Amino acid sequence: MKKDIILAGVGGQGILTIATIIGEAAAKAGVNLKQAEVHGMSQRGGDVQSTLRLSTEPIYSDLIREGSADLIISMEPMEALRYVPYLVEQGWVVTSSHPYKNIPNYPDEQQIVEELESLPHTVMLPIEDLARQNNMPKSANVVLLGMAARYIEILSPEELRESIKRVFASKGEAVVEMNLRAFDLGLNAQCAQ
Amino acid sequence: MTINKRLLLGDEAVAQGAIDAGISGVYAYPGTPSTEITEYIQTHAKDVRSRWCTNEKTAMEAALGMSYAGKRALVCMKHVGMNVAADAFVNSAITGVNGGLIVLAADDPSMHSSQNEQDSRFYGKFAMIPILEPSSQQEAYDMMQYGFELSEQLHLPVLMRVVTRLAHSRADVEVGGKAEQNSLKPDNERAHWVLLPGNARRQYSSLVEKQSELLDSAEQSPYNKMLCDADRAELGIVACGIAYNYVMENNPSATGIPVLKVSQYPLPVAAIKALAAKCKSLLVAEDGQPVVEEQVAALLGADYELRGRFSGALPRMGELNPDNVGEAMGIAVKQSFSAAKNVVARPPALCQGCGHRDVYDALNRVAAEYPNARIFGDIGCYTLGALPPFRAIDSCVDMGASITMAKGAADAGLYPAIAVIGDSTFTHSGMTGLLDAVNDNSNITVIISDNLTTAMTGGQDSAGTNKFEAICLGLGVEPSHVRVVVPLPKNMEEITRVIREEIEYKGVSVIIPRRECIQTLNRKLRQKRAQN
Ligand SMILES: Cc1ncc(C[n+]2csc(CCOP(=O)(O)OP(=O)(O)O)c2C)c(N)n1
Repeated sequence: MKKDIILAGVGGQGILTIATIIGEAAAKAGVNLKQAEVHGMSQRGGDVQSTLRLSTEPIYSDLIREGSADLIISMEPMEALRYVPYLVEQGWVVTSSHPYKNIPNYPDEQQIVEELESLPHTVMLPIEDLARQNNMPKSANVVLLGMAARYIEILSPEELRESIKRVFASKGEAVVEMNLRAFDLGLNAQCAQ
Repeated sequence: MTINKRLLLGDEAVAQGAIDAGISGVYAYPGTPSTEITEYIQTHAKDVRSRWCTNEKTAMEAALGMSYAGKRALVCMKHVGMNVAADAFVNSAITGVNGGLIVLAADDPSMHSSQNEQDSRFYGKFAMIPILEPSSQQEAYDMMQYGFELSEQLHLPVLMRVVTRLAHSRADVEVGGKAEQNSLKPDNERAHWVLLPGNARRQYSSLVEKQSELLDSAEQSPYNKMLCDADRAELGIVACGIAYNYVMENNPSATGIPVLKVSQYPLPVAAIKALAAKCKSLLVAEDGQPVVEEQVAALLGADYELRGRFSGALPRMGELNPDNVGEAMGIAVKQSFSAAKNVVARPPALCQGCGHRDVYDALNRVAAEYPNARIFGDIGCYTLGALPPFRAIDSCVDMGASITMAKGAADAGLYPAIAVIGDSTFTHSGMTGLLDAVNDNSNITVIISDNLTTAMTGGQDSAGTNKFEAICLGLGVEPSHVRVVVPLPKNMEEITRVIREEIEYKGVSVIIPRRECIQTLNRKLRQKRAQN
């Protein structure tokens, strides 16, 4: 079994934290993993991307082939669209619906939504609003991970929950609790759809 | 021994490998994608000397000094850092080494965060030393131990070349135990180290003689091997470094394509000739410039069908990936969806609240009064001043070039000639140029935009912090023309006035807008809050 995942967003939105949580869960479960990140220049409010490859078989390439990503997880709707050429035919897109407009020529929001909905499997939620309403504005990224959890398959939501405990352990009990709540919020919001 | 697996970035695997190989020092100047190596050693090995150096040349020389004294040292830099370190680097092959010495160059094919995609393997070949090019994080780790042993055995520095996709990708790495550091044992053979022509000729001659040993080592290297071997084949592949992964991703054994994996140079010519003899054509897959392809072409002659970046089978520039390598192997890309319509580029920008913004705001206001003004930029976050909304700089070439290009243009009669340089870039290689300008009394205005850190690469300490006025005065800038301002919108009137006055002054002036980077400031505030 393999899962090729693309994580997308804008510098500072916390996609590398999502990658860390999934990576830690994979390491614990003994699943092979390669995770490429973008550091440097693009972290200054530019687009950022990380590819995660999970497999029970050995993995060679750090990069994902076009047309073979099983899942795109994105903190931003236009950034989700950017990687559509990588999506496999029946792949899933799980994205925040909240546009991050730090450029003057940001495309029409409605058209972005329509293009996303024209794909076979798209899940979109206003994760920033959800996170804010639940007093966890800094954990929007973990809400998104919760939303995506059931599509990761090679790792269970429970394994991801356990990983959150380990990843945030050094930041104290309160931070762990908040992120677990954020994760469950995403997971259940997704169920309710 | 218990197996200890860790999830490590390629950079971290290099760092852990170097720690476990018993290095006594890492010497480096930050630069994407190499920065995380030194940062990892700084936090994981208190017994290894690891403070940032002022530039890549000082790093290379200090490491050579540590090697002279008998201990193992690692030097790290991004590819363009090799240009800065080149004098020391090339001559370290002539002196040879005592304690093991590895120079790690992190190349950036596709220029994700760089101004070119030069291939550091050229430097290794030029200096005539062994080159290691890991294909995976595990090899990056293992090759550190191997490389230090090779270095001590051959008495030569070893170059390790990684690329962005390895440096910044994570995978499981099996790590072993930690070796003891070497003890102090300086090389007392002065003839090795005093490169007067008489000695240098002898040393160079010994380097030339060693080349057959280097070749033997590469031919027998555990990191160079044949895979998916076949008796006869239409196509064979020479897969270098990380390109090996992209080849294997396309499952060459399914189509009977033999693959020669190359991760140690000089090029194992016997292995390549043997592969060529049983194949009708060869594909060279290498990330970066066609260094190997050129050598293989010379080896096999014009009649042999060779494919790669020169032949057009692979793109002439830009990084390799599983798709373009697959296509070169005859496997088409299967896209299910073409590129989306509603996507535009999202370039990086200066942070909100960054002091560089106020500097450019002021500069643009003053420059508007001088239609002939030209602003020579430099490398750092402030290079983003080239983009909208500022569009403020006319050049950005290499670290330090702002001051010296402004000087040359002023010498040619251009006025006002203004240089904008960051604090870390100024100490890296701006100071010497400023001395030239002072000695020539060139008519330039230098702005050292001091945010108290090396921000572009993630906020490392900056070598000159708290020393800039003293440095400028020491280099001979007139005290009344070293001006300090605080770049904040409320000070706009003062800043523009100071810039105007210094443009009007006919000679070298330095303006230092100084305010801490908001990223490092916020990080400190967060840390303080976490402690309370
Ligand atoms: C020779 C060389 N070494 C390293 C780099 C990587 N690099 C680019 S900008 C930069 C730091 C610039 O720091 P500073 O001048 O203080 O400007 P800031 O980013 O803080 O605004 C570094 C290390 C490079 N481009 N070239």
